[in-house]
Amino acid sequence: MSAPQKVTADHQAEIAARVKAVEAIMIEKGLMTTEAVDRLAEIYENEVGPQLGAKVVAKAWTDPEFKERLLADASKACSELGIGGLQGEDMVAVEDTDDIHHVIVCTLCSCYPWPVLGLPPNWYKMPQYRAAMVRAPRRVLREEFGYDVPESVEIRVWDSSSELRYWVLPQRPAGTEGLSEEQLAALVTRDSMIGVGAPKAAA
Amino acid sequence: MNGIHDLGGRDGIGAINPTPEEPVWKAEWEKHAHTFFPLAFRAGFFGVDQFRFGMELIEPVHYLTSPYYEHWLESVIYHGERVGQLDRAEVEERYRYYLENPDAPLPEGKDPDGELVAFLEAAIPAGVPAGRDTGKAPKFAVGDRVTVVDDAPKGHTRKAGYIRGKTGVIELAHGEMIYPDTAGNNLGEAPEHVYTVRFTNEELWGAEEAEPNGSVTFDVWEPYIVPAS
Repeated sequence: MSAPQKVTADHQAEIAARVKAVEAIMIEKGLMTTEAVDRLAEIYENEVGPQLGAKVVAKAWTDPEFKERLLADASKACSELGIGGLQGEDMVAVEDTDDIHHVIVCTLCSCYPWPVLGLPPNWYKMPQYRAAMVRAPRRVLREEFGYDVPESVEIRVWDSSSELRYWVLPQRPAGTEGLSEEQLAALVTRDSMIGVGAPKAAA
Repeated sequence: MNGIHDLGGRDGIGAINPTPEEPVWKAEWEKHAHTFFPLAFRAGFFGVDQFRFGMELIEPVHYLTSPYYEHWLESVIYHGERVGQLDRAEVEERYRYYLENPDAPLPEGKDPDGELVAFLEAAIPAGVPAGRDTGKAPKFAVGDRVTVVDDAPKGHTRKAGYIRGKTGVIELAHGEMIYPDTAGNNLGEAPEHVYTVRFTNEELWGAEEAEPNGSVTFDVWEPYIVPAS
């Protein structure tokens, strides 16, 4: 691991105790319950995750009118599928083409489109990604993510500094003409919607 | 503030080492720390801009070396104390107790009607929109060349260091949204127009250092920018 992530077991135990201390006070004040914690955990484990974004992408790949609505107003288009909410109130989907590749970052904190991608992976929130992605995206994609973007393709990095939540509509993989929306959704990865990877190839 | 949280473009921070797969929660306590965010918001501890400022106040070495959800915990404690809902000495006392007795139970809940669960089930799909419409006319339009004001506010701001003084072109206009430079500093919403500005890599890092064929877009509120000279 890189230098700034030296989190020891002792430190984990300390944080766990401090979280418990705050939670105990909030519970006594009627501001929190363990039932609420369990429900929230369940929502982000099973209900809200990148499978929702994949569904949106697959629909955009197969339905040109939906794609147009998605690119015009992503939050509104996603709401047609019952997808939206916290940290995705104002979403913008940016489309990859043969000439342009997009990638998202939040250099100031960890803004991420939760309703379509779920909660961000750790690396997205850590200082290393936040520092480097705006500075040297092509190098980072190649060296850290094994994703080689040819120099002829422009890279546009979207730093999510406001409450707008950007995410990437990746290109439909070649050889997927006969696939159903469900089969296509299975090819859409979280990383392809962040912009740090490609969708899976057709089997 | 010119804090360590303002990471865009800093060199030497280290390798990213992304993991192909990882669980949503890396430890049991993370679920609880995450739940603080919507429930402390509900309890009036903070809005999202204040919540971010609470994290920016974390001591820099600790900020860089702690797990991300610990930042959330720190901000919850900071604002809980600020609004009179938490007392640091009491948190400390209970912390010592739970550190020595990690399996000791939490107190009994006081929400017989399940209002807190109902709040989460309503707020998560509905969201908390930051858009506002006061009817104020925008001063800029898509296509305008603008320069980011090169000042260094001491409180909360989203005017990142690496875009200050830089010139770009407005790519998108979003209407008015809550202004972090007031909201995050406990000064109210004071909505301002938000624009997405695109900066070339050469503008940001210089022709020598910039990666070719690329740009960065950054969202600014109207007071952050002036017409490019």
